[in-house]
Amino acid sequence: MAGEVTPTFDCRVAFAETMLELAAADPRVVVVVADTVGSSNLGSFRDAYPDRLINVGIAEQDLIGVAAGLAGAGLKPFVSAAGCFLTARAMEQIKVDLAYSGRAVTLCAQSPGFSYGALGSTHHSAEDLGWLRTIPELTVLAPVDPVDTAGALRWAASHDGPVYVRIGRVKVPQVNPADLAFRPGQAVQLADGAHVTLVATGAMAGAALEARDLLAGAGVEARVLAMASVKPLDRDAIGQAAAETGAIVTVEDALVTGLGGAVAELLAVTRPTPMRMVGIQDQFAPVGDPAYLFEYFGLTPVAIRDAALELVG
Amino acid sequence: MVDSPNVHLLPAPEHELKVLGRTAPGAGRDQVIAHLQAAAREVRRRDVQLVAAAKMGHLGGEFSITDVLVTLYCHVMNVAPGREHDPERDRFILSKGHTAAALYCTLAVAGFMPPEQLRTFVQGGSKLSGHPDRRKLAAVEANTGPLGHGLPIAVGEALGARLAGSARRVYVVLGDGEMQEGSNWEAIMCAGHQKLAALTAVVDANGLQQGARVAETNAVEPLATRFEAFGWRAVEVPGNDIGALLDVFTAGPDPAGRPTAVIARTVKGFPLSFASDQVAWHHKIPDAAQVALALQELEAVA
Repeated sequence: MAGEVTPTFDCRVAFAETMLELAAADPRVVVVVADTVGSSNLGSFRDAYPDRLINVGIAEQDLIGVAAGLAGAGLKPFVSAAGCFLTARAMEQIKVDLAYSGRAVTLCAQSPGFSYGALGSTHHSAEDLGWLRTIPELTVLAPVDPVDTAGALRWAASHDGPVYVRIGRVKVPQVNPADLAFRPGQAVQLADGAHVTLVATGAMAGAALEARDLLAGAGVEARVLAMASVKPLDRDAIGQAAAETGAIVTVEDALVTGLGGAVAELLAVTRPTPMRMVGIQDQFAPVGDPAYLFEYFGLTPVAIRDAALELVG
Repeated sequence: MVDSPNVHLLPAPEHELKVLGRTAPGAGRDQVIAHLQAAAREVRRRDVQLVAAAKMGHLGGEFSITDVLVTLYCHVMNVAPGREHDPERDRFILSKGHTAAALYCTLAVAGFMPPEQLRTFVQGGSKLSGHPDRRKLAAVEANTGPLGHGLPIAVGEALGARLAGSARRVYVVLGDGEMQEGSNWEAIMCAGHQKLAALTAVVDANGLQQGARVAETNAVEPLATRFEAFGWRAVEVPGNDIGALLDVFTAGPDPAGRPTAVIARTVKGFPLSFASDQVAWHHKIPDAAQVALALQELEAVA
């Protein structure tokens, strides 16, 4: 298993390649940025399609409104900007101009979670999953690897509605088969197990798989679900995991109001199940690089194992 | 016929709105002005009855922008009932979405919806929300309500028109108080930089906002100078003068390629004696006597 979880991939590469692919396939695809060409790895897109990359400057509210207007003009806008500013600065535009208006705009949130490390909590996007999943009709995705990232973007290009996609920056392993066909609301079972289910999103799938190995050493068999789709949730996979394993650990590089909250809300109504939520509780981060912060917040295989053992140990 | 059959209907108004449609092709200037003045009267007459019956609306701002709305919908814009999804239609965005009732009455007078549908305004299950909703009404281009949203969307529409190589135009109507929203200035900067000549922003400069005069709250003037400093062409116009509006809107895009700001100097509540330039009439509901007086005064204007 160890070879499969080597964190190798920066999902921004898959993002840049997929945007070129989508632009080549559909002349309606345009990218809208807020002085975020370099940080979005979009230099090659700008060179290939200079007219189809619109830079509104450092102006996130305008960024989302412009994208909504471009959709109204018949185009397929993909917005790309730092997740922290894209969400918080333009939340009302996301709610009204996109979701309430039914505009097919895809928001590509760069450097999500703790990618910006020691730049500090101003630049962390830990609240995004919790915030955005409360907006009706908005699909919220946190792809777990480059295959997922490309698949989510391809699906978004075909979807007639607003989509939020985290584009991972911290290195992650490829955990999905290369030919995976992404579907929203569908978890991918990375490994089976009978005693507990680890449900991981965003940058955490590799750590969940490593935690499974650690649990195996303690005699605990863990199922691992990759849940890129925070909304819609895969209700069947969660329900099945609750029924068959009886214990759930959610794992996210975000506040636990994201995936953890979503799973808890579902199970509280359908099948109350013992849970632990690995992620950020109600607090801002200390100073540190991403590795330090992942360690600090327990976003590690050991901490995930310990959370699982609290349930089944 | 109302396409929301199960919706409660407000009582039929004393004066139902007359559908006047668009001006006749080739009509002379005087005929056009007469048509638009009649349309404006129809809109105001229906609007005051609608607000009173629904006990909801923003009469002052609805009356101040009526002349702009009918001039655009009944004459200037390349739009027509049945062509709501034509990609080449001109786009109109009511950024000051709280004056939706005036937009609905204008859409009815121009033939985009049957006048009887106005009787569903803000009733349970209606397509006519207190703020416009494009998914309920095909003629609406953008869902507005929170201020400062329409202009960025209009910038996107104008950029999209340019990318498509289309000559279609984009119009957005904002309140002057609304110019306090920072998002507008992000969009104004962007439109100036992008030289979006297809874009026209109309500021309904009635000088009043919800709670007080704009100048006493957070001054936005000099609007024309400010737009110009951001790379726009700015035109001042008496905003309740249909002839003047007509001249501005039919002058064509700026030859220098700048977007156009029309600073429409309007009177909130125009032309009602009791509501004109009165801050209280931002969203006050007229009583029966005030409705009667309004109808009488509007008749006299004709």
